[in-house]
Amino acid sequence: MTSKLQLYSFFMSSCSFRVRIALNLKGLDYEYKAINLFKNEQSHPEYLKMNPIGYVPALVDGDIVLADSFAIILYLEEKHPQHPLLPRDLAKKAINYQVANIVASSIQPLLALPVMNYIGENVGEDAKIQWVYKHAAKGFAAALEILLKDHAGKYATGDEIYLADLFLAPQIISLKERFNFDMSDYPLLSRLCEAYKQVPAIQKALPENQPDFPSTEGKI
Amino acid sequence: MGFVPTLLDGDMVLAESSAIILYLDDKYPQHPLLPHDLKKRAINYQAANIISSTIQPTLRIPILAYIRDNIGPDERITWVHKHIGKGFAALEILVKDHAGKYATGDDICLVDVLLAPQIIGTLERYNFDISNYPLLSRLSESYKQVPAIRNALPENQPDFPKELKGIILIRIY
Repeated sequence: MTSKLQLYSFFMSSCSFRVRIALNLKGLDYEYKAINLFKNEQSHPEYLKMNPIGYVPALVDGDIVLADSFAIILYLEEKHPQHPLLPRDLAKKAINYQVANIVASSIQPLLALPVMNYIGENVGEDAKIQWVYKHAAKGFAAALEILLKDHAGKYATGDEIYLADLFLAPQIISLKERFNFDMSDYPLLSRLCEAYKQVPAIQKALPENQPDFPSTEGKI
Repeated sequence: MGFVPTLLDGDMVLAESSAIILYLDDKYPQHPLLPHDLKKRAINYQAANIISSTIQPTLRIPILAYIRDNIGPDERITWVHKHIGKGFAALEILVKDHAGKYATGDDICLVDVLLAPQIIGTLERYNFDISNYPLLSRLSESYKQVPAIRNALPENQPDFPKELKGIILIRIY
């Protein structure tokens, strides 16, 4: 008897959000295990024992423990082929990898909690928003508007949701909601954002719909 | 968009080194860069992303310039060492049970392709001592013996300035 998948996740983590979308699209049931990154729970001995590199999200599938959203998603893709997350066409597939990588390497790491805390502590709280806008958002948004122009359909690389969308949706939604980033200069990304919000698998994966979303409204 | 590196393959223009590498691996099956075993593949993807998403982004020139200008020039070394160290510590743990001659076995795979450039010729720039990471140190020595890696070294590229051979080009300024 196969045991249920377990996902160690933080409601606000865009990396966790990506994996939640993948699991929902593929119709995979999983047990949600909350790891609070504000409380540094990823450094707790029990978590490290299970997942020595301490990253969140992490997927547990029987005796396999995997971290890193990209690795988890590709593992799920290979093991559960329903609702494929990569197009068959090699060029389209490659664009999906490119978009995922732009998000995962050029933007998300610079918006991650440890870096934001670092900026806040060493430069100042007000510097954080400037940091986000200057270093993360502008380059990302401008580059993606250009890149996706030739590939987008209903979603980022066509009329189906693929890997690129799994990385874009959490990032765009996070930039808009958490950092109040003005998307009006980026019409394609704005359109995608609206399209994503209509997708049930994405809605279900939103931070506010997770078991660890704080029940009282408060500034994070 | 001005990305470097960029691959041109017919009509196709592709950037982001990981994307380029995966595309090449899909299209040209000789010398596969990903193992067949699902678990080993996953280790490769994880390790590759530790490098491309947690180490590499923190070393970008605009980031280091920001730190120099807003916090102080000396802070850059602290920042770089912290992030490389954190990434290398994670890599040591991740590949510990899988390494053979190379990071995930006896064949060069995706993670080696990303790790070699992160180690060779890069660490001197930041005065980073790899000897605290025994597995990575051993891999570093193995990588230096591989012709495909040697051919790819900066000093063996057409645009490497001949007069600078042997000199460490870029330090944090």
